[in-house]
Amino acid sequence: MEKKWTAVIEPKKNNFELKLDEVWEYRDLIGLFVKRDFATRYKQTILGPAWYIIQPLFVTIVQTIVFGNMAKLPTDGVPEFLFYMAGNIAWIYFSTCLSNTSNTFTGNAGIFGKIYFPRLTTPIANVISALLNFAIQFVMFLGFFVYFALSGADIHITWVAALTPLMILELAILGMGCGIIISSLTTKYRDLQVMVTFGIQLWMYFSPVIIASSSLSPAGYTALMLNPVSPVIELMRYGWLGSGTTPFLFWGISWIVSIVVLIIGIMIFNRVEKTFMDTV
Amino acid sequence: MDEKDIAIKIVDLKKEYRLGVIGGGTLQGDIQSWWARKRGKDDPNTQIGKKVYKNNERFLALDGINLTINKGERIGIIGHNGAGKSTLLKILSRVTAPTEGKIYVDGRISSMLEVGTGFHGELTGRENIYLNGAILGMSRAEVSKKIEQIIDFSECRQFIDTPVKRYSSGMYVKLAFSVSAHLDADILVMDEVLAVGDVKFQMKCLEKMSEVSQSEGRTVLYVSHNMNTIRQLCDRCVVLDHGKLIFDGDVEKAIQMYSDIHKKDISSFHDLRNAKRFSSRQDNRLVTLESVEFLNKERNSFSIGEIATARIMLNSEYDIKDANLRFGFFDMYDRKVASSVCLHIGDIQKGTSELVVGVDFSGLVPSSYRGEIILFSYDEFGVLVEHDIVLEAYYFDLEGKQNVDWNQLKWGSVRLGDMIKKSLKLTEDE
Repeated sequence: MEKKWTAVIEPKKNNFELKLDEVWEYRDLIGLFVKRDFATRYKQTILGPAWYIIQPLFVTIVQTIVFGNMAKLPTDGVPEFLFYMAGNIAWIYFSTCLSNTSNTFTGNAGIFGKIYFPRLTTPIANVISALLNFAIQFVMFLGFFVYFALSGADIHITWVAALTPLMILELAILGMGCGIIISSLTTKYRDLQVMVTFGIQLWMYFSPVIIASSSLSPAGYTALMLNPVSPVIELMRYGWLGSGTTPFLFWGISWIVSIVVLIIGIMIFNRVEKTFMDTV
Repeated sequence: MDEKDIAIKIVDLKKEYRLGVIGGGTLQGDIQSWWARKRGKDDPNTQIGKKVYKNNERFLALDGINLTINKGERIGIIGHNGAGKSTLLKILSRVTAPTEGKIYVDGRISSMLEVGTGFHGELTGRENIYLNGAILGMSRAEVSKKIEQIIDFSECRQFIDTPVKRYSSGMYVKLAFSVSAHLDADILVMDEVLAVGDVKFQMKCLEKMSEVSQSEGRTVLYVSHNMNTIRQLCDRCVVLDHGKLIFDGDVEKAIQMYSDIHKKDISSFHDLRNAKRFSSRQDNRLVTLESVEFLNKERNSFSIGEIATARIMLNSEYDIKDANLRFGFFDMYDRKVASSVCLHIGDIQKGTSELVVGVDFSGLVPSSYRGEIILFSYDEFGVLVEHDIVLEAYYFDLEGKQNVDWNQLKWGSVRLGDMIKKSLKLTEDE
């Protein structure tokens, strides 16, 4: 009679697998990682959790001064401050997901080298704890929204705002997908780690965070929307401020890209996970 | 044996590591190397004069391990450094994958390669129990059920709601061990975790471990250099040497085997007639160093600064004019580290002679060494003539305390006189 084994440990094979069932088994661990991140990030800092809002607030103020007041870039008639802030909080969520997940292997080499648990729990926890940042920043945004609305600015919420959870989910998927691909490659090539920081910065300038898409030529608009992050930011702004365009077709494409990137990412990640301790 | 009772079955397990530097570490470097190979040129990233490891030069950390472990067995794994113990445990705990072979596992494996993995200093003891438990594969509910037991066992109840960064290292380790010891895993893999805490706590851990395996029928794999804990905990023992399993069975026999692997004979008298010599002197010698004996010693164990007295018996079939003697010393990594000479010992006449010399080993760091003995002289043209060369003449241990933790492998086996500090001053302000 053939015995049924709980597990078979064998050499790295070439077939790709997602192994999501294993991640599900360790869901408690994901929760605890998120809790740990949240509880410890701003321990022993003077401003504490205030840092969650200081960062987007100052970036927005600087952008308002530089791009709005000095360069006088158009913002679709929406108050510049709100225009930039709406773009920033979405962008910051995406970039946090990407940069945090991109050092999964190198940043956790110590613990990964000692014990086995599904490695994918770490980037997933990163993405979820970034969501908490986003929530806090979003509340801040709503505060400013109410303030500007009361002082008579031309802004209104449209039905697209109801799609916000889907937008955020997509940003998480895309950010994590790119992040784990980079993290898998950095086990061998450390260059990528350096590239991530300034790559994200450059990427931002090819998105509608600063550019008002309505000011572009049709060709320029298409080019901008082919950046998978662009349609999300554009829809976010349309939903909460009632300005800009509704690129649903591009959003569909962007979703497909995100999911493909994530699946490829998980496959590469699982492949690297088996032996990265020997190369890292 | 019935297949049903098997907890772990290891079949022909191999783990291979590539020697040398893997990749340039940068994408640019790898592309450069690849491009150079394509054109048949030298790799621009290879250091000049450095040995080039070809793709086929590999090192087998594990070389075909076959082992079947039944449920409820407590197996000790022993072996010298580099024998492959840690690699085996790493593969078992799935930290890295094997190169060849398979391991069939029945039951949940939990590994304690290092206690306290994933502890976060800012979290309290209680929070860390949950976190560590989850990393080790327990669900929240499982931890909640056991948390009181864990806290009691750790003896840290008073501090359980304090961040662990405020803990003493002993408390930290106690807490960490307690979590691992209360795991619900069927198979426990442990790497010398018991070498922590105070003696009382160590005893408590050992008791807990044997209780776990005996009453609850769990399987324990335990790696240690501490033979006493192996004796206490294990009922079966395997010995690894250079990636191969050389013994499997009774604990006492295994420990005996282990201590015999590299043990050298450091008795004070050595017959040199059949000792290993330089190849051209192996047979047909006209001069033979017959024996060496360190006088007034039971074993060749010297303390630093001690002048050892060696009596050498030699037989010569010709007269040697103005002979000299040299002692060469090899450390345990087989590197020749130093020599000591005794010049102009006089003329040695045909026949058997006795030569007594005093040797001062100071300069060598405390460790184990091998000695070679060479009898040489210079002929009338000033050419060196080595009459007999005994490569493995004797072994000895040098004992003593250093005022610094001397890493012999990296720092070397000879300690020169300490440097003298002349001055230390700030030359550029921050």
